[in-house]
Amino acid sequence: MSDKKKQITRRSFLKTAAAATGTATIAGCSGGLLGSSEAFALEFQEYFKEHYRLMTDEERTDTIERLERLSEIKKNTTIDIDSTKPQENVLYGYAFNVTRCEGFMECVDACVKENNLDRESKNQYIRIFEMENGEMLPDQGDGKFFHQVPRKGHFYMGVQCFQCENPPCVKACPTKATWKEKDGIVVVDYDWCIGCRYCMAACPYWGRRFNWNQPQIPKKEVNKKQHYLGNRSRVRGMMEKCTFCIQRSRKGKVTACVEACPTGARVFGNLLDPDSEIRFVLKNKKVYRLKEDLGTDPKFWYFND
Amino acid sequence: MDKTKLLKGILSFVKDIITWNLKGSRAYHIYLLVLLGLIMVGVCAYIVQFREGLAVTNMSNIVSWGFYISNFTFLVGVAAAAVMLILPSYIFNDKDLHKVVIIGEVVAVGALVMCMTFIFVDLGRPLQFWHLVPGPGELNFPSSILSWDIIVLNGYLVLNAMIPAYILYCHYQGKEPVGKYYKPFVFISIGWAVAIHMVTAFLYQGLPARPFWNNPLMGPRFLASAFAAGPAIISCVLYFINNRTTYKIEEAIFNKLRIIIVSAAVINLLMLFSEIFKEFYFPTHHSQSAVYLFFGLKGHNSLVPWIWTAIVINLAGTIVLAVKPKEGKFTVPALVLLIIGIWIEKGIGLIVPGLVPSPMGEITSYAPSGVELLITVGIVGLGMFVITMLLRPALIIEQKYEEEHGH
Repeated sequence: MSDKKKQITRRSFLKTAAAATGTATIAGCSGGLLGSSEAFALEFQEYFKEHYRLMTDEERTDTIERLERLSEIKKNTTIDIDSTKPQENVLYGYAFNVTRCEGFMECVDACVKENNLDRESKNQYIRIFEMENGEMLPDQGDGKFFHQVPRKGHFYMGVQCFQCENPPCVKACPTKATWKEKDGIVVVDYDWCIGCRYCMAACPYWGRRFNWNQPQIPKKEVNKKQHYLGNRSRVRGMMEKCTFCIQRSRKGKVTACVEACPTGARVFGNLLDPDSEIRFVLKNKKVYRLKEDLGTDPKFWYFND
Repeated sequence: MDKTKLLKGILSFVKDIITWNLKGSRAYHIYLLVLLGLIMVGVCAYIVQFREGLAVTNMSNIVSWGFYISNFTFLVGVAAAAVMLILPSYIFNDKDLHKVVIIGEVVAVGALVMCMTFIFVDLGRPLQFWHLVPGPGELNFPSSILSWDIIVLNGYLVLNAMIPAYILYCHYQGKEPVGKYYKPFVFISIGWAVAIHMVTAFLYQGLPARPFWNNPLMGPRFLASAFAAGPAIISCVLYFINNRTTYKIEEAIFNKLRIIIVSAAVINLLMLFSEIFKEFYFPTHHSQSAVYLFFGLKGHNSLVPWIWTAIVINLAGTIVLAVKPKEGKFTVPALVLLIIGIWIEKGIGLIVPGLVPSPMGEITSYAPSGVELLITVGIVGLGMFVITMLLRPALIIEQKYEEEHGH
């Protein structure tokens, strides 16, 4: 069977299923026993929706409308979900200046706010390790330091998802719910993930996070500028990860961590643009990457001044 | 005409199976009620987990797989072990073992049901499991080893359910099963049994991120431990049947199983020794997980008593079974010791150290939470229930058939 035909049969199957259940739900809940029947119908359509990569542009618009409406009904929050595609001739890369970082953790804070990370479990995409001079790898350092920084005789190393060119997590996922976009960002289709956590076991950089509980964010702290593959709201039981702030980067902005860093230790940019800062770093500094021996080819470099 | 006859035959087959399962002594009914009670406990605990999320378990972003996946891994071995009865009976035409093949297959079906339930309860979003079904969903085949595992486990379940169902149906009607209808599947199931275990081992073995698992001995060692623990469980079931029912099992069968168990257990211990040698002769950065497992790291030593217990009782069970004391009374305790030893070593002793230290060097302790334990109890109850429901009619049919045909 050709791919196209397969998609069409699948699509029609899902549509029929969604329509049938949707109608049944609207009929069954018109009394409003289970909250708003509109929300219920929308959630049912969401349940039967297609894998994001296989959706047509029209279906993508539909699901975004449903999600925005659901947020209005259920959380009384008006959000704006973006679905900007990867830009032409863009491949994102990141460099971390080990000499400059002083462990202030402004990046962690900015990341939590920008990406709507769960406050209850104190979820963080970025980890900063305090290392003694002479050490090399973050696993020798202290990832839980709590004292005045910078500390004498120490330096700081930040880790997050390294957006590998050869990502083991993507290979592991049994439902293709995580993949690498054309601009090099490894993303998760939150609604397609079943929460088996095989990608977590496969990641050699501890770059992925699981929602063990229902994520909680105070209503006034919700970042309303969202991306479908980025910082939109997640529920318990699904994987998430750093997306190089896809909602920002695809609009031509730098990531929240780069913007927040007070020492200028973080460099983010387009690897395909010869005039970018990241290219300057790669060309003029002595750079290295973590666990190169695994062949994952991360797009995240460390360097010293 | 022929079709209605077949339909009637199947209907009466199913009806009799249900009646036989419901009828029984008072003790049998109490036993069934206890199993149903265990299942209910599991269901209630699962409802809690379903509402609150996996936060009610003791798993974390570091130990992201715990007790469920540990038990799953052990039970895949039990399921695969049916092949140690099928192989000698069909390839070497062993008449003794042929008699108990069906019992082995029933145990395999029970083990597979438990395996799949353990995977299901481990999912963060179980309602989305249809995303795995090719067609409406998207199975990442052949890239993801987990997709291979789903295929081989389901295939093995179908094989192990259909073959005995056909044979029993024929025997039920007093007919000899037709070889060409089921023997090809028997041979497929032999290879398939090896596949379910190798694929499950590859699930871990294929992760360079986890040096403790990324070890080419994993697959073969999985098989060796399975061929010890699985036949040990089947032996226990056979002892139970022999002592508590009118279905009699010959001593020769127990002896053959004992030889299989001892050989496999010795090979398993050899491979375990080989792994320990590699980790501790010249410890590297990659030996941290093994140090954590056997001696503890930075005060986190919750697994240490478990793994040493496992090694001691593994050795003890193997030795007792190997020397075979004249008094039969030591055999069952030795089998139980061996089963528990392998359950620890291949369950929690394999899964948790693979995840600790985390790739960023963080160390933590893990022990299953109350909810995890209760759900596990429920799943074990479910497995025993399935095995009982299948085994009871199977034995009745086989016994009748043997009486009529004088085997």
